[in-house]
Amino acid sequence: MNFLDLAPLAVVLPIFGAGAAFLARRQVRLQRLITIGILCLTLVLEAGMLAAVWGGESYAIHIGGWESPFGIALMVDGFSAFMLLVSTVVSLAVLLFATSQGLADGDEPGPVSIFHPAYLILLAGVSNAFLAADLFNLYVGFEILLTASYVLLTLGGTAERIRAGTTYVVVSVVSSVIFLMAIAMTYAATGTVNMADLAVKLPELGQGPQLILHVLLLIAFGIKAAVFPLSLWLPDSYPTAPAPVTAVFAGLLTKVGVYAIVRTETLLFPGGSVNAGLLVVAALTMVIGILGALAQTDFKRMLSFTLTSHIGYLIFGVAVGGPLAIAATIYYVGHHIIVQTSLFMVAGLIERRAGSSNVTRLGSLAKLSPALALLFFIPAINLGGIPPFSGFLGKFGLLHAAAQDADPLTWVVIGAGLLTSLLTLMAIIRVWARVFWRRAADAEVPNQDLVAEATQVADETLAGGAQNPRLGLKLAKQLEADSLPWGMRYATGSLVLAGIALTVFAGPIFEFCERVAAELIAREPYISSILPF
Amino acid sequence: MSVNITFLVVTGVLLAAGFYLVLERTLTRVLLGIMLLGNGINLLILTSGGRKGAAPLFKPDAAADSYSDPLPQALILTAIVITFAVTAFLLAMIYRSWTLTSADELTDDTEDIKVSQKTAYDEEEDSPVAEDTTEFVDEEGRPVREGEE
Repeated sequence: MNFLDLAPLAVVLPIFGAGAAFLARRQVRLQRLITIGILCLTLVLEAGMLAAVWGGESYAIHIGGWESPFGIALMVDGFSAFMLLVSTVVSLAVLLFATSQGLADGDEPGPVSIFHPAYLILLAGVSNAFLAADLFNLYVGFEILLTASYVLLTLGGTAERIRAGTTYVVVSVVSSVIFLMAIAMTYAATGTVNMADLAVKLPELGQGPQLILHVLLLIAFGIKAAVFPLSLWLPDSYPTAPAPVTAVFAGLLTKVGVYAIVRTETLLFPGGSVNAGLLVVAALTMVIGILGALAQTDFKRMLSFTLTSHIGYLIFGVAVGGPLAIAATIYYVGHHIIVQTSLFMVAGLIERRAGSSNVTRLGSLAKLSPALALLFFIPAINLGGIPPFSGFLGKFGLLHAAAQDADPLTWVVIGAGLLTSLLTLMAIIRVWARVFWRRAADAEVPNQDLVAEATQVADETLAGGAQNPRLGLKLAKQLEADSLPWGMRYATGSLVLAGIALTVFAGPIFEFCERVAAELIAREPYISSILPF
Repeated sequence: MSVNITFLVVTGVLLAAGFYLVLERTLTRVLLGIMLLGNGINLLILTSGGRKGAAPLFKPDAAADSYSDPLPQALILTAIVITFAVTAFLLAMIYRSWTLTSADELTDDTEDIKVSQKTAYDEEEDSPVAEDTTEFVDEEGRPVREGEE
């Protein structure tokens, strides 16, 4: 009995938790307790799993004792264990954030009590997708998380959310249809859906069928990962959802698509036959996404555009290939999940503090809410790629890997990457200058409450004078504490700290990523741990 | 592997009609399109199983190659259940959308319209900065410039 035999619990625990949470829908407190407890248990389990494969092992679990390639297999290797742990850390932080928000608002019974069960189902789907070792199980994982995400996105059923939800549901269903089409064709061509078996059998096909299957899979995953020509649904649908829902979607859902793309490119089609196409797509994703971000006035929409833009870096890493580029991609995925989620949580805090996430209505927040300013500033410059943060390390790794014997096209994409990094910084600094630095009274559409509070704080600072210079700060802290429950601030703060930890422990984490990348490129450990012969 | 051409043609027609309907703005048509897509794909998966054969129930005296491939059928079963759930959800959502807007159509995104109507001129960033060219002020603190008063 190996500890890793417990891996299916990463899927099973949240599903049973969802059932229990649904049964407890009338007792809000019990429901909360169940959800948080289940997530903590999962977190401990996944930390153990990551520790077990830290040295570069991979371990396959054959569900029900059916040997591969006939039965369903789950795969725990460095990559899947790392993604599992990061996703659970992020979702636990978001759950605490959402719970604290609910506590402060007073949960009303009724449709809202569906949040906790749906959240756990979402997590079960994400875990299943990460663990899946055959294409069809991957599809089922996608469907579980998508169905839960439909519910979460349209929570409350307001006109705005239903509109956004329609786009999202239709696009997701179409991507699932394309994925299923790819699965059917793969099965017709090779007679298997087991990924290790496919890795052996796909090279026996001709160039033509291989290319068709490859591109079909990439299109299906590309829609989920929001890669450029297929990314336009994302900024339309994410920002309207409740802040915690947007935060967890931004962190996890697109990254599941990226995870699937990395697996496809390294395990199933290692030849790199479409790398030139991927490079072009990566450059377009980065540049067009960030140009969209610059045009937005709503902070959440701007963040959604930076989200799609930075997916381009991950595709870039996959397209470059090679051990260093894949290692940097894995590191960057971890960084991006944490940073993007914390920024969306900060957006939720800003919305709550100032009544709007539209930058044309905001101002004075650095004075009014110093803690919030700090919580925004750290992940923001991390996203912008300022040294020494993980965003810089990840981008540096990617560009460094790409620059080693690069052809002209790769140099163009490196240029696009640098430009995107610069424009991200510009977008972030514009938000900082408007929301935090300028006076609330100078906003295009001044918010009278904010202006009044800013005047109050300024008066207090003046009254304190030289003897008592912190009087204004004290009032600001008081106002902040009144509008932002401590749970929301600490949940955001802990995720910001996780982002810093990714920087501080970058050495061992990056070494781990290099081991994982070497394993992914070798393919042998994955294949031989699943197939018995 | 022998291929059933009729199935493939029907699959193609179902998928084409499905994708066409999904591109419509009317939500009920989108729903019909999604159902057609689901059925078309199920047929495709069935085709991927190869030639027809006996039902895959174990009989001691039957040869192994007389059975039809059971795996695609299991896959279809899963796919049907998923399509069913998504269809139910979509129906509920369409009904909700109809209750809210009393129209069965998708409206444009307000933020998109706002951005498309925006001009390149941004007041915050592009307006000329008022400069103080004098260090002298009058009693009320207003700057005094040469030639004024």
